Amino acid sequence: MDSAIMKTRRNKALMHLVLIIMSFIMLVPFAWMILTALKTNQEAISVNPFYIFPAHGWQWSNFATVWKSYNFIILYKNTLLMIFFRVVAACLTATMAGYAFGRLKFPGKNILFSMVLIQMMVPSQIFIIPQYVMVSKMGMLNTTFGLVFPGLVTAFGTYLLKTGYQGLPKDLEEAAAIDGCNVGQRFLKIMMPLTRSSMVSLGIFTAVFAFKDLMWPMIVCTNASTTTLSAGLAKMQGQYGSDYPAMMASATLAVLPMVVIYVIFQKQFVEGIATSGGKL
Amino acid sequence: MLPAPFLHKNHLPDQTKTQRSGQNNCMCERGIELNKKKMTPAEVSEAKWGLLFVAPTMIGLIVLNFYPIIKTIYQSFCKTGDFGRGNKFVGLANYAAVIQAPETWQSFWNTIKYAIIEVPFGIIIALILAVLLNKKIKGRSVYRTIFFLPMVCAPAAVAMVWKWLYNQQFGLLNNIFHTKIAWISNPKIAWIFIGIIGVWSIIGYNMVLFISGLQEIPGDYYEAAEIDGASGFRQFWSITIPLLSPTTFFIVQTRIIGALTIFDLMFMVMDKTNVALKKVQSVVYLFYQYAFTNGNKGYGATLVVVLLIFILVLTVILQKIEKKVVYQN
Repeated sequence: MDSAIMKTRRNKALMHLVLIIMSFIMLVPFAWMILTALKTNQEAISVNPFYIFPAHGWQWSNFATVWKSYNFIILYKNTLLMIFFRVVAACLTATMAGYAFGRLKFPGKNILFSMVLIQMMVPSQIFIIPQYVMVSKMGMLNTTFGLVFPGLVTAFGTYLLKTGYQGLPKDLEEAAAIDGCNVGQRFLKIMMPLTRSSMVSLGIFTAVFAFKDLMWPMIVCTNASTTTLSAGLAKMQGQYGSDYPAMMASATLAVLPMVVIYVIFQKQFVEGIATSGGKL
Repeated sequence: MLPAPFLHKNHLPDQTKTQRSGQNNCMCERGIELNKKKMTPAEVSEAKWGLLFVAPTMIGLIVLNFYPIIKTIYQSFCKTGDFGRGNKFVGLANYAAVIQAPETWQSFWNTIKYAIIEVPFGIIIALILAVLLNKKIKGRSVYRTIFFLPMVCAPAAVAMVWKWLYNQQFGLLNNIFHTKIAWISNPKIAWIFIGIIGVWSIIGYNMVLFISGLQEIPGDYYEAAEIDGASGFRQFWSITIPLLSPTTFFIVQTRIIGALTIFDLMFMVMDKTNVALKKVQSVVYLFYQYAFTNGNKGYGATLVVVLLIFILVLTVILQKIEKKVVYQN
């Protein structure tokens, strides 16, 4: 009996060891990013001695410098606006279409739904050139509309919400129908509130996807004052790549908002992205 | 109905899983009936609402996705004029040029090599972590939060940080190990270290999918195996692996396609002057360069159409394999 307890204890310790080593590997890049951001450039590129921690005071001013010189407030604003409109547009269109595909009968339903599935199979790079040409012809380059444009509708979100609506019991809607509610009222008052968790998943997924996207903002918003955090970083790296503390301070500022939101709502994030599956 | 590689039945709500196949069938039948019989006023109203509700999405998909697919394919048969103006139909000239260019083949090979690192390692490490975190262990949610962290970070920032870690003169890795390795500028090895960034970035995501797959395996199986005296390893091999195979296959499939369309890492990590660039640049990277940096949209469109064909063929093959490999109850 004693040896069995010892064995489970040893196993537990071994498991923690593996997990701690992995956590260390996962965190080192983040730690190094922040430590570099707090050094002077001389410290950052000093090899002998090699500084792990800032030796001559922690240079918090690096953050203030990049904040001003790269106009981070504008980058945050652009990113936030893009995320906001993409989430609203995706949730709105997907919940309506998801409800129709999940609960209503209408002609052409199967063909239309197979179009949704086809869109999900095709890599998104195939859409980019014509999407860019359209935005360009509308004169909408370097605008928030340009950033939001490809995300106005979502095939994936439609699929996600459809399964959400299909999972709901039938009785509720039937009772409402008997009470004389039309389809629109049933949808708004009864069904839509019940798919809140799918909507939250879609919202988080859309926000993270938009936040991480690099190619599209680089193409449509070439101006430093109209672009997003991701594309802004690419621009900065091209121009000031050898000022390492400044680069790492910028990277920290770029990931910080999402990381903070994630740590606060981590359960919803992990579940949202896990249930969405796939296209990241 | 077409196969949908991005959908995983494990992630649907439970009720749907059992209903789904049945419901779809009866919808088809009703759909046919609808055309034959005269519809009641309630059915007419429902059909109107249905069409109204799908209209925004369908119009959006046609304008934003289906028209662009056709347009891109058409573009691949055209030569873009000077200053990006005008399209001249040139038939298969772009395809001939793409196929004859050694850099096309090199970029496909680079992309496949990236996938060879990212997909298996990203999956095996994630599976080990998922199995560990699926046990009752202290600090589970802390570990999970840490492993998942790269998933919410912009790849642009992640790539910048790794580029700095890999820096040959001043980087952390060379200074810690007292080496002078050119991690990302030696054409022979750069692809491995780009792949490692990919693995680091994706582990947490794969792990979360594995955990939700593991939680669907009934506990009784393990209890029964315990009574029969099966070892932990034996249980893993005979219960976990087969019952987890749908999840595993789903991850393999989505990660292969994800890896084949990789762009951000290469773009952010590899400087234009990096001597290893030619041995690392992915197909999408090449596409971006031609379509948007050089303004040769016809050539760029051709590259992306070739990639599309490659991915679709691969998807069909994977669907075939799935039927053979994945365990079914």
